[in-house]
Amino acid sequence: MYIAVIDYNMGNIKSVENAFKGIGADVKVTDDPEIIGKAKAVVLPGVGAFRDAIGNLKRLGLDECIMDTIAREKPFLGICVGLQVLFDYSMEGAKSPGLGIFKGSVEKIPDGVKIPHMGWNKVRIIKKDSMLFKGIVSGESFYFVHSYHAVCADEGIISSTTDYGIDIVSSIEKGNAYALQFHPEKSSAFGLKVLKNFMEIASL
Amino acid sequence: MISKRIIPCLDVTNGRVVKGISFLNLRDAGDPVELAEFYDREGADEVVFLDITASHEQRKTVVELASRTAEKVFIPYTIGGGIGSVENIREILRMGADKISINTSAVKNPGLIKESSMIFGSQCIVVAIDAKSKTGGGWEVYLNGGRTPTGIDAIWWAKEAEKLGAGEILLTSMDKDGTKDGYDLQLTSAVVDAVNIPVIASGGAGNLEHLRDVFNLAGADAALVASIFHYGEFTVRQAKEYLRSEGIDVRL
Repeated sequence: MYIAVIDYNMGNIKSVENAFKGIGADVKVTDDPEIIGKAKAVVLPGVGAFRDAIGNLKRLGLDECIMDTIAREKPFLGICVGLQVLFDYSMEGAKSPGLGIFKGSVEKIPDGVKIPHMGWNKVRIIKKDSMLFKGIVSGESFYFVHSYHAVCADEGIISSTTDYGIDIVSSIEKGNAYALQFHPEKSSAFGLKVLKNFMEIASL
Repeated sequence: MISKRIIPCLDVTNGRVVKGISFLNLRDAGDPVELAEFYDREGADEVVFLDITASHEQRKTVVELASRTAEKVFIPYTIGGGIGSVENIREILRMGADKISINTSAVKNPGLIKESSMIFGSQCIVVAIDAKSKTGGGWEVYLNGGRTPTGIDAIWWAKEAEKLGAGEILLTSMDKDGTKDGYDLQLTSAVVDAVNIPVIASGGAGNLEHLRDVFNLAGADAALVASIFHYGEFTVRQAKEYLRSEGIDVRL
């Protein structure tokens, strides 16, 4: 009964692992599809470039594993680039395809604000009954570091937004698939609360 | 929009906090990790560790510090002091640090900014600048904790660091550091105007009005604070409540 944190060589996995351990989770950091397949819940973290992320996932044969996790409605949590790769494509660098699990694209944050969007910003919860935000009021701050943001074709999956010049999608969810643009593992007590909620969703 | 940040700074040598810190129900007030945990609980937005360990043999304590912090502290943290190579940076980031800060090594080898920001991303490369006012006006970059002048103009260097890929400037006024009579507003404001990356102001905080002024008058994105927190004159929460009452957006 463990959570698999997918290690695909995309930065600061340690922090995600530590945050889950900090709240008492049994965590396996792995790139083995079999271990991921047997996990109670799957977390896809990620810091870095979109194209590298997709490239690494494919090379390790993890793209199908993620699609399978989500198709089978196993609890899934994407974080930062782990949210972005779920979409059809990204405009980071040159246009490059994503996993296409959600309809939409990943676009550069429009000019007029400092990029990257880095620091604490308020998250406006749209989906009030979201299990992931249970016990967290709309307007609480979380820690962001990113230059690109998701543009959802299906706005129904957006569970929260954040004002940064424009309304940025700060989280999405559909069924048991959840993803966050911000870093819960760096967002102090409320970030850990989000991770605890995810554990509850996974009945862990 | 992004909140203004309050960042406690801990000076560390051989894995221990340098100055005695006078509060507060901590088992071990000399342990930087325990202090960082305390500041996380108190509402600090980030923590900066500046390692001032002199000898190279002891550098591995920095990596240990990064690793131990990652297990206990769930806000972003930066490690600086004596980091001189891409390998050093890689090791510290891999342990779980969010950013590293480089100072002397960046001046001596500006290519390090470029190389490391390309490999790890600008967001984790902080360039620390120690600046001292010049008699004819302007500010000069100093190294080795303010002992060694470089002849380099601080404003030029901040712009250059941004161009090379720095994600943030940690700007310390050597004139104000330790005085407790307020941040150098002129210097801070000159750097804020010169670059498009966030500027963390450092040196001189003695009361909460100083924090307000560095945000409102100089436009700093973050304020580094040491003694007024370490000696318990104010708590992070008090500082933030005051700033909010002054109309500054902070995370509370």
